[in-house]
Amino acid sequence: MIKIVKRDQPSRAIFFFTPVLAIFLTLVAGGLIFFILGFKPFEALKFFFIVPIADKYGFSELLLKATPLCLIAIGLSFCFKSNNWNIGAEGQLTFGAIVSGGVALLFYEQEGFYILPIVILAGAIGGMLYASIPAILKTYFNTNEILVSLMLVYVSKLILDYLVVGPWSNPEGFNFPETRQFSDSAKLPLLFEGLRIHAGIFLALAAVIVSWFVFYKTYLGFQMKVSGFSLKTAKYAGYKGKKMIILVFLISGACAGLAGVGEITGPIGQLHREISPDYGFTAIIVAFLGRLHPVGIIFASLVVAITYLGAETAQIFMQIPKYTGQVFQGMILFFLLASDYLLFFKIKFIGSKK
Amino acid sequence: MIIDINFIGLIIASIMASAVPLILASCGELITERSGVLNLGVEGMMIIGAISGFALMTVTGSLIIAIFGAMLAGVLISTIFAFLTQTLITNHVATGLALTIFGIGISAMIGKNFVGIPGKEFPVLFENLKDTIPLIGPILFGHSIVFYFAFALPFVTNYFLKKTKLGLIVRAVGDSPVSASNQGIKVRLVRYLCILYGGAMSGLAGAYLSMIYTPQWIENMTGGRGWIALALVVFSTWNPIKILIGAMIFGGLTIIQFHMQAIGVRIPVQFLTALPYIVTIIVLVVISRDSRKIRLSTPSSLGKSFHKDN
Repeated sequence: MIKIVKRDQPSRAIFFFTPVLAIFLTLVAGGLIFFILGFKPFEALKFFFIVPIADKYGFSELLLKATPLCLIAIGLSFCFKSNNWNIGAEGQLTFGAIVSGGVALLFYEQEGFYILPIVILAGAIGGMLYASIPAILKTYFNTNEILVSLMLVYVSKLILDYLVVGPWSNPEGFNFPETRQFSDSAKLPLLFEGLRIHAGIFLALAAVIVSWFVFYKTYLGFQMKVSGFSLKTAKYAGYKGKKMIILVFLISGACAGLAGVGEITGPIGQLHREISPDYGFTAIIVAFLGRLHPVGIIFASLVVAITYLGAETAQIFMQIPKYTGQVFQGMILFFLLASDYLLFFKIKFIGSKK
Repeated sequence: MIIDINFIGLIIASIMASAVPLILASCGELITERSGVLNLGVEGMMIIGAISGFALMTVTGSLIIAIFGAMLAGVLISTIFAFLTQTLITNHVATGLALTIFGIGISAMIGKNFVGIPGKEFPVLFENLKDTIPLIGPILFGHSIVFYFAFALPFVTNYFLKKTKLGLIVRAVGDSPVSASNQGIKVRLVRYLCILYGGAMSGLAGAYLSMIYTPQWIENMTGGRGWIALALVVFSTWNPIKILIGAMIFGGLTIIQFHMQAIGVRIPVQFLTALPYIVTIIVLVVISRDSRKIRLSTPSSLGKSFHKDN
């Protein structure tokens, strides 16, 4: 007989074990889906999760995709820890890219060591500005941040579309919806010859270190944690709630903006219509899968980045539709949330005595 | 310039047509939220409904199977959400987001084989009465059955919530699950049913898009309508009749876009397309500014998990 018993305290070991369980369950369910679609499950899973990262180039691509996911997820963990539901990181990424791209275009055909820092800073500011909208509306007008930040995603994509088709489009570009190429000084340097991985990865690593420090070594981190557990307690303790809401939104906007900078000043080197394959949304899953812990987020971003690469590889080699990647991402989050049940409840197997 | 009075009627009718999916999805979500559950997966359930309806129509050739199949698909996908949030007590927001991501992925996967296939013509009712009355004729007659259903739904929903015992139970569960449970009401069961009902209505909204409004399958064809439907529920302050008003405003914004382009207004198309989203934000701000009013009309336990052991 199976009996479900409530735990006195959430189990800490299980807290870090369930993400692994969730990934395993996703693989099983994924194999099942492949089987239903008429593919050999093990072969499909191999093409999805192993083949894409089997060589040097593949590994570089993995890091390339994991970088924005990690960066955005780190930012989001500030929001989620303190009970702020910023789900518009995709918009903040886009707007950050627009601002930094605009600045990069100002330096068209100019070179200088100072250009790249300005371009990067512009991206962070762009992301912050965009994230400040839901933050200010939430704090001063009591408006639901989920819906506002999400609506702004659509708006940002339309602004980008307008710019690259209209005023910012490349005059010599035969009406392609893209801007001019940025000058070399406005591009993040590549790390290895022949690979696309670029210096943006250091931005992500810096974010990991800084966030770890803030979460676990500062008063602000403590305040965020308390507000996340109970807003009432936070209020009672006299924390400045409004200030903190705005601050966590700004941090997460800056991170998303930086991810946008990485996308456009990295391998692409220009603004165009589709700068992000929904990194901003996927990063929400990364943040949860990483348990809102900086180190956890590194691992989670690598795992989730594989779903992007795997979807591409599986499409090329097995004609498996590329949206399977998104299906996997959704499933990971489902399984993760579901297995959280084990945090609070114990399943006991008892002998069938009557 | 002579403006044909029937032309105005046609514009109003087209605004109403574009409001239909919003009304359906919002009224469904409204019931879900009234029971205390916040399901952010509307966009995902809608797109599942859209592909299910279109695929079933293409494969079986039956419109009835397709419409009910789409609703069933909405129910099935919302069952995942219900099981997670009610039985496994997961966070509503995160689970809803997962549902949307999952739904968009699955729909694109199924839809791969249905891209570019032309849709079928959906039968309309009272077509012959259209020209009998000027202005009113084109507004009232010549629409699909789903259209009429959608415009009746807010009134039915209102009656259900205010005048029936079941409606009272739903409200009780949403406002005070603990007392409802003490009264012997099965809180979890009521919430399960309300979630599944919301799924059915979102599925129907999606099917309306892919089978009637623009009869074809396009990836991501819901284009944020699910999120606007969620915003409409806040806009309505959980009152079904006001959903009707909100949906007409957003339908109007969508239609104006096309007409502005047609008469050659020199505004970039992207700004017009962005209008419904921007207006949603502005409307949300105006509505939510009065925090007391929002607090009074929001179901008290909205988004909070309920577990008997707690």
